[in-house]
Amino acid sequence: MKIVLNGDSREVQATTLADLLKECGYSGRVATAVNENFVSAPLRTSTTLNDGDRVEVLAPMQGG
Amino acid sequence: MRTFYGTELPNPLMLGTAQYPSPAILEQAFRESSAAVATVSLRREGAGGAGQTFWQMITDLDVHILPNTAGCHTVKEAVTTAHMAREVFGTDWIKLELIGHTDSLQPDVFQLVEAARILTDDGFQVFPYTTDDLIVGERLLEAGCEVLMPWGAPIGSGRGLNNEYALRAMRSEFPDTPLVVDAGIGLPSHAAHAMELGYDAVLLNTAVARAGEPATMARAMKLAIEAGQLAHQADPIEARDMAEASTPVIGKAFLT
Repeated sequence: MKIVLNGDSREVQATTLADLLKECGYSGRVATAVNENFVSAPLRTSTTLNDGDRVEVLAPMQGG
Repeated sequence: MRTFYGTELPNPLMLGTAQYPSPAILEQAFRESSAAVATVSLRREGAGGAGQTFWQMITDLDVHILPNTAGCHTVKEAVTTAHMAREVFGTDWIKLELIGHTDSLQPDVFQLVEAARILTDDGFQVFPYTTDDLIVGERLLEAGCEVLMPWGAPIGSGRGLNNEYALRAMRSEFPDTPLVVDAGIGLPSHAAHAMELGYDAVLLNTAVARAGEPATMARAMKLAIEAGQLAHQADPIEARDMAEASTPVIGKAFLT
């Protein structure tokens, strides 16, 4: 399945958001959105991905 | 000391975490400033996990975390970002930025009020980055905000307080609301000026982070804010157009 992760198109095996994070090596404090909608951490396991989905994985960063 | 959503801050300085030459200098600046609040943001996490390293450093600072919605231009974008920030940073505080103009980064106050209402209803404690417009301030309070953060000048401009009259009017109009001058501070004298007007805190970033010696500037800001706060408490004299001799005339020798 092909998805867009943080703006980059990529082929992945995962079918849920939780599995995608594991497959791509994300751990620690991140927040997720699929197709511009926030997906809270408890819902990642039950959130299935579809071809062409746009996934954002955000983390703490410097800010003013 | 004013409380912000029930939290009493030991120091009225809110300091940004962006643009420092290195993480070590950021840490030094925070120590020297005694800032009680650190503003932070959310960005795409890369493969190296830079966000996790930053999170650990911010945690070690032992300050209150105020995540922002910097760079958001729509209500939906800001609201979604706020929800993501709440999960990552574990706080209901959100510095709500809704940018309306590319060059000045002026807030889009119409969308700001709408987003503030949505986020307040969702349980957030909103710190709105706004203009110095009184009516917008009223609308933000009606939307549920308990803090207002008018700009001193455009973000990163270092121009100080562009419109002292408007900021005075805000202080007068909202005597019981915690007010923070957010953005535009370039020098310690600007920060002192805000505190002299009776503002409850100052939020700044660039003035410290981009100074030649950030840690030294951080200390200067701390001292200036304390001086301005004391000056306000001391009930300053009113400015006059004409001179008024301070040395008594009575008893002066007749020597002409």
